[in-house]
Amino acid sequence: MSNSTSQNRQGKIKKKGSFTRNLPLYLLMIPGLLYLIINNYLPMFGLTFAFKKINYTVGVFESPWVGLDNFTYLFKTSDAFVIFRNTLCYNLAFIVLGTVLAIVVAIFLEQVRTKMLRVYQTSILIPYLLSITVVSYLAFAFLSSDNGFINNSILKLLGMDEISWYSSPKYWPFILTFIYLWKSFGYSSILYFATLIGIDDSYYEAAVIDGASTWQQIRHITLPCLKTTIITLVIMHIGRMFYSDFGLFYQVPMNNGLLFSVTNTIDTYVYRGLLQLNDVGRSSAAGFLQSILGFVLVMITNMITRKIDKESALF
Amino acid sequence: MITTSKSAKIIPHIVLIILTLVCLLPLLLLLMASLTDEQTLMLNGYSFFPEKFSADAYTYIFKTGKTVLRAYGITFFVTAVGTVCNVCMTVCLSYPLARPGLKGRNAIAFFVFFTMLFNGGLVPTYIMYSQFFHIRDTIFALLIPSFLMSPFNVILMRNYFKTNIPDAIIEAAKLDGASELRTLVNVVLPMSTPIIGTIGLMSGLAYWNDWTNGLYYLVKRTDLYSIQNVLTNMLNNIQFLKTATQLQGINIEMGTLPSVSIRMAIAVVAVIPVMIVYPFIQKSFVKGIVIGGVKG
Repeated sequence: MSNSTSQNRQGKIKKKGSFTRNLPLYLLMIPGLLYLIINNYLPMFGLTFAFKKINYTVGVFESPWVGLDNFTYLFKTSDAFVIFRNTLCYNLAFIVLGTVLAIVVAIFLEQVRTKMLRVYQTSILIPYLLSITVVSYLAFAFLSSDNGFINNSILKLLGMDEISWYSSPKYWPFILTFIYLWKSFGYSSILYFATLIGIDDSYYEAAVIDGASTWQQIRHITLPCLKTTIITLVIMHIGRMFYSDFGLFYQVPMNNGLLFSVTNTIDTYVYRGLLQLNDVGRSSAAGFLQSILGFVLVMITNMITRKIDKESALF
Repeated sequence: MITTSKSAKIIPHIVLIILTLVCLLPLLLLLMASLTDEQTLMLNGYSFFPEKFSADAYTYIFKTGKTVLRAYGITFFVTAVGTVCNVCMTVCLSYPLARPGLKGRNAIAFFVFFTMLFNGGLVPTYIMYSQFFHIRDTIFALLIPSFLMSPFNVILMRNYFKTNIPDAIIEAAKLDGASELRTLVNVVLPMSTPIIGTIGLMSGLAYWNDWTNGLYYLVKRTDLYSIQNVLTNMLNNIQFLKTATQLQGINIEMGTLPSVSIRMAIAVVAVIPVMIVYPFIQKSFVKGIVIGGVKG
């Protein structure tokens, strides 16, 4: 120990170059950086595959370039419209409803100053912990046409006819939105709640003395204090508008072809094309658009946020 | 706290109790379905108050369900190994980035951050992992893609080091002759247990719940399926057979598939470890959400 100490001191005295001195630090970073190169950077260059006609037998690099063929091929079908519409519309609904619900729940949580708070917090987070696989089982337990809880108990009780949920597209926008909210509201409420408990009680006390009603307190104190958190979370979600939770749209409707018109999103489309239908061309074209448009959207929203409120911008 | 009239104080409790029930009842239904006698289930459907209980589904799983037990083992293995690797790699990358005066650290931090803004997506990732790295049908397929390290966590941990570990402490350790690695392990890490715990939890949960890697990369080796893959596979098979019978009038023996209650029992088995661990880690989990939610 004392030996290495003196060696180290000598090293300091010799004043080696900063690179050699910090070599151990650089070495530490290698595994992580290597992983980012493999998992994140190499696929970025792979985006050029969208301009190739991929043929696994001759190899990906030897596959011929085909220009924009994959894209024209993609836009020839109505699929392109459907998947972009679904992805964007669902995200829009999720952003609006998710934010409102989370803020309302957070305000209610903040008013609970008893031990029950812990119970509420713990239970509303449970859906967030479940895998989408298990969520699809829960959905199946409620919606299955033979044994499902809704058909067998609720609708029977109300004297209504059974509904074949898994073959009726018209219900799915509501079902999927409900499941999304159910799974995620606990998480985002906790985030807003964390901001809320930071608000100084004296604001509210002063407002009450001035005769403010509950609604006026929310409108003029709570919401302005939440502004930064709301903007940050909403722009983070807007930046992901072209992405969807693959499991929610693939596994929960059980990959059911009858429901594709309302459940097919860019992510499920790319997956099916790549691994089930062997249609790599269209799939890679859709994936390419998703990556590029996603990136553009992040940059634009961040730029606009910086103009409006510099504090809330992501970078 | 927003001040309301006394009678309005009860409203938050009513709303939150309803939300709590909405969150918990579906799981209760799942549990009840798994404990219902098969005949009763077929006759009455899933119910919160089954007429006849039976633990047959569970005895079946543990006596004959080799697939389930193996998948369970694989999930435990992948979660443990993956989480340890994830935390180690995150620490090793974020610690140098937090050290002042390290040349090039801003460039490297940007290199990490950029992956959060832009990515190649599924097609190139899949082609690369399967064609060049040949991880298809190996255990690495469950471990490596997507979950081994998250750039977001790297930024999170770097910020934690920056704000919570004073440079003076690191300098003092170095003056005492501790090497960089020793300083990290003996001085910095003990001071960073909250963030390490948070990142470990998030990573562990992600590995335990993941089913996409198995779906993408396990084609022939279904014996490597994680418990989540076994579950999805079972649900999809049932759906496939149902549509086939409906569309073409083929009669397929439904008895060859695990019965209804057994399917629900397997789902329960997949949830149990999370539910056992959750109450103990609830506090740090909530803390983790808050740390992770504010921008990096």
